[in-house]
Amino acid sequence: MSVSLEHYLVVSAVLFGIGLWIALAKRNAIIILMGIELMLNAVNLTLVAFNRFVTLADGRPALAGHVFVIFVITVAAAEAAVALALAVSVYRTRSTVDIEQIDLLKR
Amino acid sequence: MDGFGVTAAFWGLSALAVGSALGIMLARSLLHAVLWLILAFAGLAGLFVTLSADFVAVAQVLVYAGAVGVLVVFAIMLTPNSQTGNSETRMVGPGLFVASVVSGIMVYIATQTDWSTAARGDFPATALEIGTALTNRYLLPFEVASVLLIAAMVGAIVLVRAARDEPERRELAGEGEGEVNTAEAAGREVVAAGSHGGH
Repeated sequence: MSVSLEHYLVVSAVLFGIGLWIALAKRNAIIILMGIELMLNAVNLTLVAFNRFVTLADGRPALAGHVFVIFVITVAAAEAAVALALAVSVYRTRSTVDIEQIDLLKR
Repeated sequence: MDGFGVTAAFWGLSALAVGSALGIMLARSLLHAVLWLILAFAGLAGLFVTLSADFVAVAQVLVYAGAVGVLVVFAIMLTPNSQTGNSETRMVGPGLFVASVVSGIMVYIATQTDWSTAARGDFPATALEIGTALTNRYLLPFEVASVLLIAAMVGAIVLVRAARDEPERRELAGEGEGEVNTAEAAGREVVAAGSHGGH
């Protein structure tokens, strides 16, 4: 049996779901960030899969998906750097990165 | 259509990526969770290779498995709060439900839609085309991305530096020497009183 576009989309959906579960259920802010990175990666897989299986009308191979993934990786790296700096900054003032204890706005 | 190698690689790498992603959820130690994450990134890079995205796969290994992985390890090392470990909040059940629903909807759409997929050719090399596209058609987003990276770098440095100055300043203010420090201490007390009044 051959591998079709649907296979990649299903794998991507499962990975996105796991990332969403991690982001929703975990207690540590850094692990939540890891879940978000996993979701971004699942979307990247979708973009590359579409780019591979869909060709342009004039027969040339598409390239927009790859370029889009490059930008997603760039933005995700910037986001990871800022978010982890925020986590370290929060830890230095509150001595925890447990999201249940970072509740200053609720009090 | 595909060779046996591509099919076997797809199933193996998919199992690696999904299993490693589940490993993040199930790992008891934070560092083990990071190692599972890096393994999931590596599996996804392999999936990119099976999709003929060689440049994206290399960027994935460099940026995600390399840079982001090391960054997360550093963040976990700098926040040594191992009392809670890699534990969950009470949202683990509802979170699983929501994630299952979202994932199920996406699987349903992916399998029910009639994608007009074209027959795939050989594995073309993409690095040259991506480079050409980034410097021609996508030049403006490329430059904006560089500005974004500078802003993120400066922002990360400022965030961590401002927090690092806090204890030193507090120590100086505690000694009560110098007008600036006492003035800062007074301002800090006002702020502290304001925040306590809000409780």
